[in-house]
Amino acid sequence: MPEVLTAPLAVEFPFTRSLGPVQSAFLTGLRERTVLGVRARDGRVVVPPVEYDPVTADELRDLVEVAPTGTVTTWAWNPSPRRGQPLATPFAWVLVRLDGADTALLHALDAPGPDAVRTGMRVRIRWAAERTGAIGDIACFEPAREGAGEPAEEAAGVGAGAPRVGANGSRRGGEAPLRGHNADGQGDIPAGGAGGAGGAGGTGAAEAAEAAEGTGAAETTGTTSTTGPGRTTGSPGTAGCPGTAAYQPQAHSGQFGEPVTGIIAAARLDYVYAPGRTQSRYIQGLAERRTLGERCPACRKVYVPPRGACPTCGVATAEQVEVGPRGTVTTFCIVNIKARNLDIEVPYVYAHIALDGADLALHARIGDIPYDQVRMGLRVEPVWAEGARYPDHYRPTGEPDADYDSYKELI
Amino acid sequence: MSEPVRGPVREVAIVAFGQSEHVPDSSETSEVEMLMPVLHDVLAQTGLAARDIGFTCSGSSDYLAGRAFSFTMALDGVGAWPPISESHVEMDGAWALYEAWVKLLTGDADTALVYAYGKSSPGDLREVLTRQLDPYYVAPLWPDSVALAALQAQALLDAGLTDARELAGIGARSRGGADTGPGRQVVGPLRTGDCPPVVDGAAAVILAAGDTARRLADRPAWIRGLDHRIEAHGLGVRDLTDSPSTRLAAERAGAFDAPVDTAELHAPFSSQEVVLRRALRLDAPDCAVRVNPSGGALAANPVMAAGLIRLGEAAAAIRRGDAHRALAHATSGPCLQQNLVAVLEGER
Repeated sequence: MPEVLTAPLAVEFPFTRSLGPVQSAFLTGLRERTVLGVRARDGRVVVPPVEYDPVTADELRDLVEVAPTGTVTTWAWNPSPRRGQPLATPFAWVLVRLDGADTALLHALDAPGPDAVRTGMRVRIRWAAERTGAIGDIACFEPAREGAGEPAEEAAGVGAGAPRVGANGSRRGGEAPLRGHNADGQGDIPAGGAGGAGGAGGTGAAEAAEAAEGTGAAETTGTTSTTGPGRTTGSPGTAGCPGTAAYQPQAHSGQFGEPVTGIIAAARLDYVYAPGRTQSRYIQGLAERRTLGERCPACRKVYVPPRGACPTCGVATAEQVEVGPRGTVTTFCIVNIKARNLDIEVPYVYAHIALDGADLALHARIGDIPYDQVRMGLRVEPVWAEGARYPDHYRPTGEPDADYDSYKELI
Repeated sequence: MSEPVRGPVREVAIVAFGQSEHVPDSSETSEVEMLMPVLHDVLAQTGLAARDIGFTCSGSSDYLAGRAFSFTMALDGVGAWPPISESHVEMDGAWALYEAWVKLLTGDADTALVYAYGKSSPGDLREVLTRQLDPYYVAPLWPDSVALAALQAQALLDAGLTDARELAGIGARSRGGADTGPGRQVVGPLRTGDCPPVVDGAAAVILAAGDTARRLADRPAWIRGLDHRIEAHGLGVRDLTDSPSTRLAAERAGAFDAPVDTAELHAPFSSQEVVLRRALRLDAPDCAVRVNPSGGALAANPVMAAGLIRLGEAAAAIRRGDAHRALAHATSGPCLQQNLVAVLEGER
């Protein structure tokens, strides 16, 4: 039993993905610290928004703005953050139903430990300092003090809070025309809410947060609040303001300057590739400048390179047979396009070579001969660079060409 | 909605089942080297040669191997020359079995070889599985498979539908009662005892129709119904404590038409068995259904093969005479996103 070989194999696939109109509005919104949802056919507000209804598959385009605060609907404590995850220190995975939304968004919650996390707790978005229009624009969630004064606390500047309200104000001012969609015509709800958070709002938030524990209670609470004293009196800072679970989603055009139209989804997976017993034997043989095929016990054909099974008979090949080193070009092509990261001048010839004693042709580059003089039947042999573990290329042996009949079955 | 399929136009049965040893690291064997003995095993059980098989279908995932079209290499173990009628799903082999079942129902073939394999050892499975998630909103956060299952487990705990003791009991029972405690926390509330072992392995079954099945096996496990259903991909859209797709697939497969005596559930996490038992109504006080006598996915979870193994184990129980009417379930995706249910019976 030879040593089984392994080698690192990194697979990277930086897909460039285009966004549909709803995804574009959502991710552009995150860049602008605005969270958008979409209203589904059944009236639910879906956040993060989808292009098609999760139930009916209808196209959805009815965007609404929800609050950057919400309620944890379930969580999981992650004691060992892994590569690529939102936080490098232990954190909680959370599904958060943002105020105004009826579905939950997955993200990380920055919390000191599992004892500080529970379902039903109030949280708010911590925005990334640099935002590009991606889900990572939400750096994570952070606990929001339950009950009184959440919007005020934002204004007081916990974390990114202080600069945020200022930025929000100026941004919202600049986009004032877009706010005309507000159903109740209240204008800049978030700013008003932040300024007016008082006893009444705080009480509302506490009740709402409590009600939101369990299932679907937030919806009911929200419905109540639209007809409640807060709305009818028109005073800001009541149950309908952001920072409370009763927040009412506001219609939004989804229009922003310089919309994000695509994302580059970078991904890398690291593997340790192990080719198995048969191919390990073959590769180790090459390092000793021997080419080892394997014979099928049923049809007696010798396969090189061997992969452990006869592809015709479906049985294991076990008997090792040294083949070559010389062989015959059975067919070939002329490569005219330079491959990236490959230091070979074009044009060059790549050929199928039937090594003497093998019943399957392997492929390799033909060198030491002008590319336009390579031909079927050409006799070749491997060329080993100093210290190399495998042949660099094959070159002509100088023998007369092989007779066509001798290799026609191997083409 | 059309009526559920009852009494298929053709009777189709599982007539052979085989599986490899499931090992943490199979670096000594390539995929085909791991798979081939299993293929030979099921062929030998029926006396069929590879060339006698009417249709071949397999399930696997390139993401496990990190190589494109890796399944084509596995075909070397089938003996695909002269050219065979063949198909592949980038899914658990249970869905390959579904395709083969449909193929046999059409009358295009009388026998089918279905196989599946998964080598998780070359990569980091928890990272690899993040690549099946929504690439816009979820995959960039790299939430690993245990984390997503843990969110579901916590939702169950919050809803009062299970507790830590029950979860630990499921893990211990699945591993043959070797109760060594729930283990360390992986992603809370899930502990090592709640999570499946990461293993490499392969499995295969042979399907046959009608009298061919009776000729190939003493006691074929007849597929009385088979259906699969999927739910919305947004985790936050779903109620993670329930599995309406499992329930609907079971209804359409006829699982509730008569009592089953055995259920093989593909629940990679202990908490998911709780969800499935509720969806499949296996939690009734008077319910005497044996759940996962094989140990289930908590005992061995070769990704892409573990679902097919549930069908194979259920069929094997029928063929041994240990079961008469069995339910087999397979799942795919995070938090039981997609579910397949089969109802198998011995000869009436």
